Amino acid sequence: MDQLLQHIFNALVLGGTYALLGIGLTLIFGIMNVVNFTHGALYTFGGYAMYLAAVALGLNFFVALPVALVAGLLVGAFIEFTLLRPLRRSDIDTTMLVMIGAGIIMQSGTLWIFGGVAKAVPTPFPAQPLTFGPVSLSYVNLFVLCAAVALIAITYFTINGTKLGRAMRATFQDHDTASLMGVNVSLIYTATFAIGSALASAAGALLGPVYVVTPQMGDLAAVKAFAIVILGGLGSISGATIGGFILAFAEELGAGYISSGYRDAMGFLIIIAVLLVKPTGLFARAERIG
Amino acid sequence: MLMSRRTTLAALAFSLLAGTAFAADTIKIGVNEPLTGAFAASGTYVVNGAKIAADEINAKGGILGKKVELVIEDNKSNPTEAASVAEKLITSDKVPVLMGAWGSSLTLATMPKLEEYSVPMLVETSSSGKITTSGNPFIFRISPPSSVEAEAFEPSVKKLGLKKVDFLVINNDWGRGAAADFSKMLKANGVEVGLVETMDQSAQDMSAQLAKLKASDADTIMVTSAVDQLTLLFKQMAALGLKKRIITTGGSQNPDQIIAQAGAAADGTMHLTTFLPWWPEKTPNPEATAYFLSEWKKRGFDFAGATESFRGYDGIRTVAAAIAAGGGTDPASIQKGFWKVDFKGLNGPIKFNKSGPAGKESGQSKPNVYIIEISGGKVNQVQLGG
Repeated sequence: MDQLLQHIFNALVLGGTYALLGIGLTLIFGIMNVVNFTHGALYTFGGYAMYLAAVALGLNFFVALPVALVAGLLVGAFIEFTLLRPLRRSDIDTTMLVMIGAGIIMQSGTLWIFGGVAKAVPTPFPAQPLTFGPVSLSYVNLFVLCAAVALIAITYFTINGTKLGRAMRATFQDHDTASLMGVNVSLIYTATFAIGSALASAAGALLGPVYVVTPQMGDLAAVKAFAIVILGGLGSISGATIGGFILAFAEELGAGYISSGYRDAMGFLIIIAVLLVKPTGLFARAERIG
Repeated sequence: MLMSRRTTLAALAFSLLAGTAFAADTIKIGVNEPLTGAFAASGTYVVNGAKIAADEINAKGGILGKKVELVIEDNKSNPTEAASVAEKLITSDKVPVLMGAWGSSLTLATMPKLEEYSVPMLVETSSSGKITTSGNPFIFRISPPSSVEAEAFEPSVKKLGLKKVDFLVINNDWGRGAAADFSKMLKANGVEVGLVETMDQSAQDMSAQLAKLKASDADTIMVTSAVDQLTLLFKQMAALGLKKRIITTGGSQNPDQIIAQAGAAADGTMHLTTFLPWWPEKTPNPEATAYFLSEWKKRGFDFAGATESFRGYDGIRTVAAAIAAGGGTDPASIQKGFWKVDFKGLNGPIKFNKSGPAGKESGQSKPNVYIIEISGGKVNQVQLGG
């Protein structure tokens, strides 16, 4: 029972970060119909941005985090402006190939600049965990969970409660009509990709200090993000959020009670099972995003 | 078009000629190490150690009147890549001898290529028993197999009062091999063996495994992995409030890096290692150790890497000794030369004993194994046995 409680706490923390990874990807797919293969590289970018801001520039941890988030926003806008905008009218395969290439360039660039050896980012949190009876929870993990939930909530609010969000949803439904109604579709695309990128970068910046920062950290993260998005249904933000938690619980309980050797397989087993029953994912993409 | 094709051909022919002319003046040694991926930190250190050895050998006039040239390739911590890197080094760079491939799974993947092309390889780090018992006569290993580590640790079992031990190992030949060899030794000494948990080599979150280990009634956890994953583990153990005796195996811990990155979380952990750079005077070859460490420092490398990089240094020196002893720069002479190697490495004598099925024996040298403890942010030696 004690062990189960600990597993549940662990899964909640893990699920928050998985959800954060998933929504950035699903947002871009839902609105732009672009499969973002730079998602993992942007996650890595966030980790290194955090490392540069907190270690190289010596900024306060809580200042470095928004710096990494904004850096991700800018890089995302840059990618959209230089790579995706000229390819707006081309088919999904072409953009997919270009994005795979961009992802490889980003990863190799990181390796070239920083080398393959992992970097550690110190956190201001005490090393001693919070204990509730038999369950322990570290302050940094708790902070990551809160930050992830806050970012997810902000994204949700942006999409559903702001003028920008309304324009994004309109563009998603029918970009020609949206454009006739005075929505600047190009700007919406740039904003969407920038927000999605900022979320990936924020996830990297939050988890870099929890783990370590390496040029390959994005590989596994990207695989998980795709899994979550497929599980939750392409384009659905609530689907990605719930999908993230399902994956985390499957991994945590699978490793805890079945076999740790198959930890990463557990999540995929669930995905296969879900897709057999509901091929469009748990939350099929409706005619609107949100 | 025709013109450009002719130019290309000419350039190709020229470069091939240049290649052979160059090869005549140097002896190439292929280095197959993980420079990216999960074992990037360790592989990079080994390569840096190898470069120090090559420079030292060349400064003293080389071997057989020729300079040594390292051809370094990245196997990306991936067994498939390790095999193709070996093939590339042998067929395209024409190296007569290799050093590699750091991890046991990487080395095991490379071994069929050595047999295919009859090229010997010096194994500097891998510790899976299978490497020297599967009948590959091109393998010469200077690192201890986990059975030797277990044997060296045996006298400490009573001294530390181990009752029940759980394992947390990296899910590959290295980790599973270590769990098997240590379990065998522990059971023979009346110690109960509990859980054997595994983790993927690139896993960053081990909280599920740790929660399970925390709930177990074992007093000790034996951990096998490399420095980056160990650092994460110690941080996550502290976060879970897991307080048990931790003993790591494998010799790729870089204790100073763990202290720097995991801080207080690493306090009280014990590590089986094969080199003591903290006390050069206590090593089997103090003079060589002092030279190696001063050169390491001079090049601006992190002291933390010394426990890893010394194997690259000793590895290349062993290869050089084999080339000199064999008297030729072809793979067959070097393979024969390995059996005649007898010199003092940084961690004791390097001399190959026969291991594996008769007629196809691999070479295995028997290095010293030490146990150290991290306490108060410092490394202290613990006497083996009692």
